[in-house]
Amino acid sequence: MNGVHDMGGMDGFGKVEPEPNEPMFHTEWEARVLAMVRAMGAAGAFNIDTSRFYREALPPHVYLSSSYYKKWFLGLEDLLVDKGFIAPEDVAAGHAVQPPKPLKRGKFTVNDVERIMVRGKFGRTAPAPAKFKPGELVRARNIHPATHTRLPRYVRGHVGVVERDHGCHVFPDSAAMEAGENPQWLYTVVFDGTELWGPDADPTVRVSIDAFEPYLEAV
Amino acid sequence: MSDHDHDHHHDHDHSELSETELRVRALETILTEKGYVEPAALDAIIQAYETKIGPHNGAQVVAKAWTDPAFKRALLEDATKAVSTLGHVSRVGDHLVAVENTPQRHNVIVCTLCSCYPWEMLGLPPVWYKAAPYRSRAVKDPRGVLADFGVSLPKETEVRVWDSTAETRFLVLPMRPEGTEGWSEQQLAELVTRDSMIGTGFPKTPGAPS
Repeated sequence: MNGVHDMGGMDGFGKVEPEPNEPMFHTEWEARVLAMVRAMGAAGAFNIDTSRFYREALPPHVYLSSSYYKKWFLGLEDLLVDKGFIAPEDVAAGHAVQPPKPLKRGKFTVNDVERIMVRGKFGRTAPAPAKFKPGELVRARNIHPATHTRLPRYVRGHVGVVERDHGCHVFPDSAAMEAGENPQWLYTVVFDGTELWGPDADPTVRVSIDAFEPYLEAV
Repeated sequence: MSDHDHDHHHDHDHSELSETELRVRALETILTEKGYVEPAALDAIIQAYETKIGPHNGAQVVAKAWTDPAFKRALLEDATKAVSTLGHVSRVGDHLVAVENTPQRHNVIVCTLCSCYPWEMLGLPPVWYKAAPYRSRAVKDPRGVLADFGVSLPKETEVRVWDSTAETRFLVLPMRPEGTEGWSEQQLAELVTRDSMIGTGFPKTPGAPS
């Protein structure tokens, strides 16, 4: 979706302001939110792409004015309600008043913690040969899906070079909508800064994205 | 700041936070009562994030690459596989890619769409990495972003920005500082900063105040 989360190339957000000696969490609730998101995802309530989509789907003014973990919290609550794991009545009461819905992998317990401290595997067996190979020119398609995609707006319509082939991966555009993993070839595609930002751009800059095959067309 | 100001800010922050805090607590209560999660498991997740991951992991990988050419080659070829051979570094997920800084090329990592970051190597990302100023400008004006960090590159150096738009995760292998000939891996690891592995900084220089 063409949301405010797709920030590459936007102006007006000001300087980057690193915080010296930044703590891992600024409040205790931030840590609880992170833990709840990880636990409910691992228990099978949602996949990582669906959770990203719910954060992206927050109203633009909420997205832009909420702290990072506030966005995580709001996205989590919306997602759990939409998927029926919690009910609006539960939220209103601050307690479970409706019966639970079974989780795909069952209750998340202390025994599950170790496995979630390693990132999931997203590589999959290829359903078809790769269409592109390193060194080839490709154009990022001019597409504007209204649902989740990992093709940022700033590359759409632009020509780049395939630099690496990462094999076949879970396709976020499908997975986010719970439409299956639909594995696709994944490539690093590199663009000249001047191709993306015009002739006045810094000629020493090159920018790459990791692009799934359906995002690309031959030039 | 006067005492009055201090109290004012404190109260303000407190009331603003407490609404979110109450909602977060309520959600945890609901998830617990429904039998979805154990609060002790949430505690354990937080503890794991606080103790098992962090830039010390990435720093060990970088220091090893600086001292062991075979490891460096393996790291640049397949970082997940190479890091997995180091028993003392935290377990690493698939699709880790190490990118090497050279005198000709400086690499910078960003996630314009959200906050993708090699957390097993670097810990959880700092707020600035997840915030709009960095995400918006890193791909359009990377030298301007680097200037915000006090980093300046020669004007002919290629600046290569890696936007983490998939489940691949990138780790910058910075250049080894001069004046460190004969240093041990452990000594070198202490020079490796988090930002030098994101590309928004350089390793510390020997003898410079930290």
